[in-house]
Amino acid sequence: MAGYRELLARVRAEIDEVSTVEARELHRRPDAPLFVDVREPDEWEEGHIPGALYTGRGRLEQRIEGFVPDKSRPLVVYCSAGSRSAFAAKTLEELGYENVVNLAGGFNDWKRNGFELTIPRVLSAEQRSRYSRHLLIPEVGEDGQQRILDARVLLVGAGGLGSPASLYLAAAGVGTLGIVDADVVDESNLQRQIVHATDRLGEPKVLSAKRTVEALNPDVRVVPYQERLTSENVERILADGWDVIVDGADNFPTRYLVNDASVWHGIPVVHGSIFRFEGQVTLFQPGVGPCYRCLFPKPPPPELAPSCAEGGVLGVLPGIVGSLQANEALKLILERGDSLAGRLLLFDALGTTLDEVTVRRDPDCPVCGEHPTITEYVDYVEFCNSVSLG
Amino acid sequence: MAAVRIPPTLRAEVGGARQLEARGETVAEVLDDLVERHPALAAQLLAGGELAPFVNVFVGGEDIRTLDGTETHVRNGDSIVLLPAMAGG
Repeated sequence: MAGYRELLARVRAEIDEVSTVEARELHRRPDAPLFVDVREPDEWEEGHIPGALYTGRGRLEQRIEGFVPDKSRPLVVYCSAGSRSAFAAKTLEELGYENVVNLAGGFNDWKRNGFELTIPRVLSAEQRSRYSRHLLIPEVGEDGQQRILDARVLLVGAGGLGSPASLYLAAAGVGTLGIVDADVVDESNLQRQIVHATDRLGEPKVLSAKRTVEALNPDVRVVPYQERLTSENVERILADGWDVIVDGADNFPTRYLVNDASVWHGIPVVHGSIFRFEGQVTLFQPGVGPCYRCLFPKPPPPELAPSCAEGGVLGVLPGIVGSLQANEALKLILERGDSLAGRLLLFDALGTTLDEVTVRRDPDCPVCGEHPTITEYVDYVEFCNSVSLG
Repeated sequence: MAAVRIPPTLRAEVGGARQLEARGETVAEVLDDLVERHPALAAQLLAGGELAPFVNVFVGGEDIRTLDGTETHVRNGDSIVLLPAMAGG
């Protein structure tokens, strides 16, 4: 039987190694290999090579294929001094990775040379536990969870769509949720607006939502705006800085206002709208896809577009549509997956069908087109009422 | 024949149907066929005899404004979506 030293020597002879100076040259290239850190979590938290993937040695075999499906991708494996990573490099080769090198001298040598480090912001023990099911997903992981915690999402409306969207975004750990709504909780809301509760009747919706959300997750800070979004206050509210807007408004003037503001500020809007058994969901991302006005240049006259208050809505419908909106917002934050930009989903709760139509940018769009004719806020109520059947 | 998806705001005008079959070689003819059989639709879909600007029509998932408008050709078995904006949230 070989002893440890003998085994290590044998393994090192079988793998390729690079010095930290060579590794640093590789690290600087635009096509840099992926650095894989196989140290213990506490070592990683004290600093690591920028851009490195943390897998830990213990679960390397189990997890690496999820993180790095492409076996031809060049990998530089490192630990503190180059021994643990030698065994890891050998294992990776046995798993079929074709371009694996071990970092001789390891992170200690890298650090001694004064090369660039990243000191990670770390999740607390409570956060590690709370978000453990996210941390297990390669597409989220610790970096993704930090992105979520750093994210700022503005919810327009704390009603049917805003309820599930705010709950799921809060549960996911979105660090700051702005909520704009002027209404108070009414008994007729509770059939679907699950962020509110019977003991909140008469309470401003933004405060009721804040209570529920902060009780669900203390990591989330809710910024309540107890006002209707208007041309007068929209700039003040957007000045607080938002990464994504989730549009769950219940009227056309607000939706056109949200659109124009988002185009001018370059903020993506996750759109959801509902009526009776049907919902529509899409993403309007300025510079990437169409805007709301490209899809709906003019609102229907009020008599043809009854609100949920007038026409009714199945209680669970906003739960489905608002959850799809939360999903889309999280994908944007994580920069993962295929976005809904340019695709409008149509959900029919009666048939339980999900259809999709293509929405294209309108080069003649008055707001996001090549020669915009609307360049400042208009009177949106007037704009929406001016449409007639002719 | 094309299958036309009727949005919830227009179902009262067609006796509650969620989908209707309609004949026509173009979108205009398909809409004419629908309106002929369900005259109440005219007030909702048309403005001055033309397709109202707030009604979106998709043929095979594409907006007819990016195709040939109401002259867009409709093939047998095409699915047509009438899509009004909805404000509810």
